[in-house]
Amino acid sequence: MTAILDLQAVTRSHGTGETLVHALDGVSLTVHPGEFVAVMGPSGSGKSTLLNIAGGLDRPTAGEVRVEGTALTGLSRAGLARLRRRSIGYVFQSLNLLASLTALENVMLPLELDGVGTRRARRDSAGALASVGLDGLEGRFPHQMSGGQQQRVAIARALVGPRRLMLADEPTGALDSRTGESVLRLLRERVDGGAAAVLVTHDSRHAAWADRVVYLRDGTIADTAARPGVLGGAR
Amino acid sequence: MSIRYGLLSLLRAGPMYGYQLRAGFEGVTGGMWPLNIGQVYSTLGRLARDGLVAAQAAGPNGQQPFALTEAGRREVEDWFLHPQPASERPRDGLSIKIALAMSTPGIDARAVIQRQRTATMRDLQEHTRLLAHDDADLAWRVVLERLLAELDAQLRWLDRCDELLDAGLVARPVARPAEPESEMPEPASQRPRTAGPESEPREVPR
Repeated sequence: MTAILDLQAVTRSHGTGETLVHALDGVSLTVHPGEFVAVMGPSGSGKSTLLNIAGGLDRPTAGEVRVEGTALTGLSRAGLARLRRRSIGYVFQSLNLLASLTALENVMLPLELDGVGTRRARRDSAGALASVGLDGLEGRFPHQMSGGQQQRVAIARALVGPRRLMLADEPTGALDSRTGESVLRLLRERVDGGAAAVLVTHDSRHAAWADRVVYLRDGTIADTAARPGVLGGAR
Repeated sequence: MSIRYGLLSLLRAGPMYGYQLRAGFEGVTGGMWPLNIGQVYSTLGRLARDGLVAAQAAGPNGQQPFALTEAGRREVEDWFLHPQPASERPRDGLSIKIALAMSTPGIDARAVIQRQRTATMRDLQEHTRLLAHDDADLAWRVVLERLLAELDAQLRWLDRCDELLDAGLVARPVARPAEPESEMPEPASQRPRTAGPESEPREVPR
């Protein structure tokens, strides 16, 4: 089975000589379809760098990153942008949605940017919104929705069309615990349906929804907690 | 303690026999606290001895139901009225283990903390998986949430332990204490006293 995300010995350094700092230092991480991985660690441990590199938003100093089998290092800027649109969805704590677009238009945007016809983009996007429990709210603008509903739109957009890798950075940060739980429940469902997700969080309760919890410390993986009987040795 | 009050609470609904009480108790606690029938009957025996329940005439199937007495009813109400006392808090094995790991030379306290964190997280993951069934019974969910909260609290505390190590707080190394005063003192002349900093009692840093 091809991994959706494969990081091999990824290092990301800043500065040179005496000011050289490794934000990530030889990190390897493989995520398969149907896997939900959470990344935890203290501030400055490299969590966000890991997510940015996984999503092609930052390039590693050394090592290799593959998304659905394609090495990101070999890609041109345009090629990278195309791969991001087709394969990767992002969910952040805020600034997820364009305020001037409706929920439906927000979800349609990556498809249309990728050349999918309007009719099909509309149909796929409506389906994605329905799958996150937002049917009937397609015409709402972000400010007309609750925080939880906005995150649902972001999740629908992250996994619309062929995209199967979801990268989430504290997606429940601004939500109350009940709404946050429903967002995680939804992430879990989408992963169980064949997607893959990497979630950066500082909240153990949220990380515990994952199959694997990777602990970063000083840019390296200090340890991994895998749910018994599911992963770890199994894959 | 809680089996006792669990059975008394259940009996508020009316007389029940042992198997019914066991099923009721396990239902309320979501099966997280299995009881064997022997525990149920021995608890009922003590409750009857204390006058809190009374055995009733056996039914046609030979099962003997128990009913709450007036004293038993007051006992349950009292229990619900008063907050649970804090249990022997600081003396749990994990606190002691981490504290010792920090003060024992040659032990990598961070590794001990991380191993514990991974194990606790695994436990939290396993129990979080149970939340996927959103239609869960309320009483069961309450018991589960308490467990999740405890595991989460333990993980927060472990993070805090790491921060304290980062902050450069230094644990007093475990040293072999000075010989205690013997029960049968040796003659003073044979026991030269070595007064020095090592034998002075020291304040535990706060």
